[in-house]
Amino acid sequence: MIDNIMEALQEKKYLQFILLIIIFLVIYAFVPQTESNVLWRLPPLFKELPLMINNGANYLMFEWWPIDVYDPDIEEFEQKPLFGQFTRSISGVILFMIEFIREILVGGVKTIVTFTSWDWVTENEWARWPALPWTVITGGIAILGYSLGGLRLALLVLFSFTYIAVFGQWVPSMQTLSFVLIAAPIAVLLGLFLGVWAYKSKTVEMVMNPFLNIAQIMPAFSYLIPVMVFFGIGDHAGAIATVIFATPPMVRLTVLGLKKVPPEVGEAGLMTGCTDRQLMYKVLIPSARRDILIGVNQVIMQCLAMVVIASLIGAKGLGNDLLTALNGLRVGKALEIGVCIVLIAIVLDRLSLAWANKQTDYFAELSFKEKHKYSLLFLGVFVVGVILAIIGSFIFKEGFNYLNIIPHNKGITTEAFWQAGVDWIWDTFFYSLKAFNEWLIIGVLIPVKTAFLGMPVIATFTLMMGTGFIVGGYRTALMVGGFLLFIALTEWWDRALITAYLITIAVIICSTIGILVGTLCAQHRVSSRFMLTVCDTFQTFPSFIYLIPVMMLFGVTDTSVLIAIIVYSTIPATRYTIEGLISVPQSLQDAGTMSGVNRFQRWLTIELPMSFPHIALGVNQTVVFALAMVIIGALIGTDDLGQLILKAISDEVGIGNGLVLGLCVAFIGLAIDQILRTWADQRKLALGLK
Amino acid sequence: MSSEANTSTSESPVVKCDSVYKIFGDNAQSMMKSSNGVVDATKFQAAGCIVGVNNASFEVHKGELLIIMGLSGSGKSTLLRCISRLTDATAGNIYIDGEDILSMNNKKLIELRRSKMGMVFQSFALLPHKTVLENIAFPLQVKGMSTKESMLRAKEMVDLTSLTGRENYFPRELSGGQQQRVGIARSLAIEPDIWFLDEPFSALDPLIRKEMQDEFLRLQNSLNKTILFVTHDFDEALRLADRIAIMKDGIIEQLDTPANIVLNPATDYVRKFTEEVPREKVLKIETVMDSFDPKADMSDLKVSKDAIIETVANSILNSSKPVAVTDEKGEVVGAVYAAKVIDMLFGSHSNQSVGQ
Repeated sequence: MIDNIMEALQEKKYLQFILLIIIFLVIYAFVPQTESNVLWRLPPLFKELPLMINNGANYLMFEWWPIDVYDPDIEEFEQKPLFGQFTRSISGVILFMIEFIREILVGGVKTIVTFTSWDWVTENEWARWPALPWTVITGGIAILGYSLGGLRLALLVLFSFTYIAVFGQWVPSMQTLSFVLIAAPIAVLLGLFLGVWAYKSKTVEMVMNPFLNIAQIMPAFSYLIPVMVFFGIGDHAGAIATVIFATPPMVRLTVLGLKKVPPEVGEAGLMTGCTDRQLMYKVLIPSARRDILIGVNQVIMQCLAMVVIASLIGAKGLGNDLLTALNGLRVGKALEIGVCIVLIAIVLDRLSLAWANKQTDYFAELSFKEKHKYSLLFLGVFVVGVILAIIGSFIFKEGFNYLNIIPHNKGITTEAFWQAGVDWIWDTFFYSLKAFNEWLIIGVLIPVKTAFLGMPVIATFTLMMGTGFIVGGYRTALMVGGFLLFIALTEWWDRALITAYLITIAVIICSTIGILVGTLCAQHRVSSRFMLTVCDTFQTFPSFIYLIPVMMLFGVTDTSVLIAIIVYSTIPATRYTIEGLISVPQSLQDAGTMSGVNRFQRWLTIELPMSFPHIALGVNQTVVFALAMVIIGALIGTDDLGQLILKAISDEVGIGNGLVLGLCVAFIGLAIDQILRTWADQRKLALGLK
Repeated sequence: MSSEANTSTSESPVVKCDSVYKIFGDNAQSMMKSSNGVVDATKFQAAGCIVGVNNASFEVHKGELLIIMGLSGSGKSTLLRCISRLTDATAGNIYIDGEDILSMNNKKLIELRRSKMGMVFQSFALLPHKTVLENIAFPLQVKGMSTKESMLRAKEMVDLTSLTGRENYFPRELSGGQQQRVGIARSLAIEPDIWFLDEPFSALDPLIRKEMQDEFLRLQNSLNKTILFVTHDFDEALRLADRIAIMKDGIIEQLDTPANIVLNPATDYVRKFTEEVPREKVLKIETVMDSFDPKADMSDLKVSKDAIIETVANSILNSSKPVAVTDEKGEVVGAVYAAKVIDMLFGSHSNQSVGQ
């Protein structure tokens, strides 16, 4: 009898899982909830860890390895720590580049100051870099778009930049643009470099991998604090934080792309007599361009997603305005700014894509005019724009010259309309929304939250490590246990449970919606293509954009955050479901049909099992997305890890807290990632998909 | 095993392989050293090594077309990659124009590839981001030729390989056959002396393959390169080769002319391939020739002793009298009787498996 049960347990994984749940519930019920009980909560042994990180950072920044530096102000050598000088010079270079581009776009004096001094500039009134009229910039970028990607791209640029100007967001948009134009190329080049390095050396790849894993799940907020400590506050700090945030996916995709290049292409390169350098830059990287360009796209999207977050450490531009608008509950304003960010993202993405795909005609005999037509065209636009601006200065004698630069918030605005919309929704649906909100909070969220918080630490470990063991044996169990142990030994276990509760609810809802919608859409080629495009588009939007409409409906509550998470994180679940289902081989489906299954049976018995490993990876992505969103949700108020991270930013010694909190969030993600990925890999292997 | 064909040329070989071994695996070198030149594949496999090429020795002379034939896993592509030094041979010597390429440094190797070698790949291996013209010009630009000059040269290659009109297409916009034409044009752009082809037509449909083989023969007739050609298709080998090397498990089972391989298979393995081969497609008139009887009533028709039987069979069978056979100088050296040709075409020995 007992032998039979043991045998069944060894064979059937779901029986093991049921047993695990039973053990979990028993532990849950019987472990007493007392402060001193180690089974209930582990002692916060890592309590000092943030402090140690703080001290370490301080030592590195202010004491380690003093060197003599010449100070021109006091005309003497001074002892200064090496690391501080190092970060300061990086800051200086980046800040100079950002200011330089910014002043080309909107004018200013700082570039000239760099080469002279403030005194000199104050004395010489004429030494100002004049702003280019917005018409010239718009026209110029439209011409660039035309030369790279034809009329469609030109029209897109024209529309986007005109929108930005007309809605009075010109100056902050150009500030944001100048910052992205520096951060994005640095991230792309750095990512490419690291990716190539990892591709060439197995050791480097092995060392880099865990860092990439953590970096991709760690909330962007956590980067801000160390960056702030080492590089100070300002546009350069924002740019550096953005680079740190945007580089990992670029590295990943570079390695992935390079690995996918067929070996024969590399051999062909060698046989044509390429040197190592030629092989890499003329053969391998261009052959991997599909994935590398996805990486570039990711970088641009990440950069613009960081616009708001970077504004927390002093990056000027749209992010700051959006943050203010969100805090002031000005939904219309936030929406207009959000659209600006999305438009800049799309324009940059399309331009970079078109640039990479550009083709040359070698046998065209071009006249001088033909050869330089774009430069000539730009010259024309420049002259016309400047003349218009000068005329403008006569027309708009009083106030602002709208033909030169439309000042901030002096354009047209639709805010009143949106506010009216919000008001109307509030007036009309107030009671039903409120009822729903209250039901959700009291009926669902609070009970689940209480249940999570009432979970003894030993129960959590049993459940997670047990699942890991069932899925992937000792190795997976130990990895999962390690991640959890770190969190349990900090003093934020309860906060982490709150994050986990939001994530759990969100992921369950997202997966259900995603798999349902994905399945429905995958029934037809047109609908699946349509849905994949929708997913692409929605993924383009920086995550916090989703907070805007949700706040419109539900105000500042857990519900808002939850719904924002759900809207944002359903994307990967849906996408992976569709991809998984449509990649089930036609022959297999035909075989099923010929054995007489009906449509639903075919889905249940053939398509779903075949595609489930891929769907599981989608759920994994959903977890990552949800974690990113739940932390951003702190911007509108939650009481989980995100709130603490946000607090740490404004804390002088927050670097340790911020990093450890960030690691906690990352480790939640990695623990789940470990289980899901192992499972998916095994299933894929078993199904012969790998 | 390999019976060297009688090569009377006095000039030194273009490619010379001397006991070449290629062993894959971490401890390949130490295993090789302790084996004293006798490599037993099963023993090596037990030690975690896989034998790719096992003691290959042969020479290829100028203008000769050597086909390396074998089934998948026989080591034929590995051998080719050893000679082009895409992989380093574990032991042995390989000489190109008398130079030991295994001892060459990277710089010299690059120089050699830039000036003397061209290679065509099974999967075409075109650069996806470059147009037809740019792909063909690529080896030239790698060498440092100016854009304009390289493009003019590439244009010539486009015309040579009948790709005219598709210069600005991307590889993805071309059919398989057209893509391989680009691959061929690219490999020939630098006017190499040695031409490597690794299963160039295996990925193509049968009809296109035939067409490309004809095209290949046409090119070879006008260019006369030294060629190493890898294939798993025995018919292709018979059709194109001057000599064929048949490989199995890394060992060259037999290296000889197509006719000799069909007539005298050296091992059972080689015989399995030759059994199914229609002889008239391989053998020359010489092999069915009888001695010339000056008194006999001969047909007006004359055939060369080097003609493949299949190509002249029709006219021999149509003539009621025996046909005279001539040598290179045009002198009559023998006679061919229709009965013997019929026997060759339909006789039982053309398919020895029938009797078994």
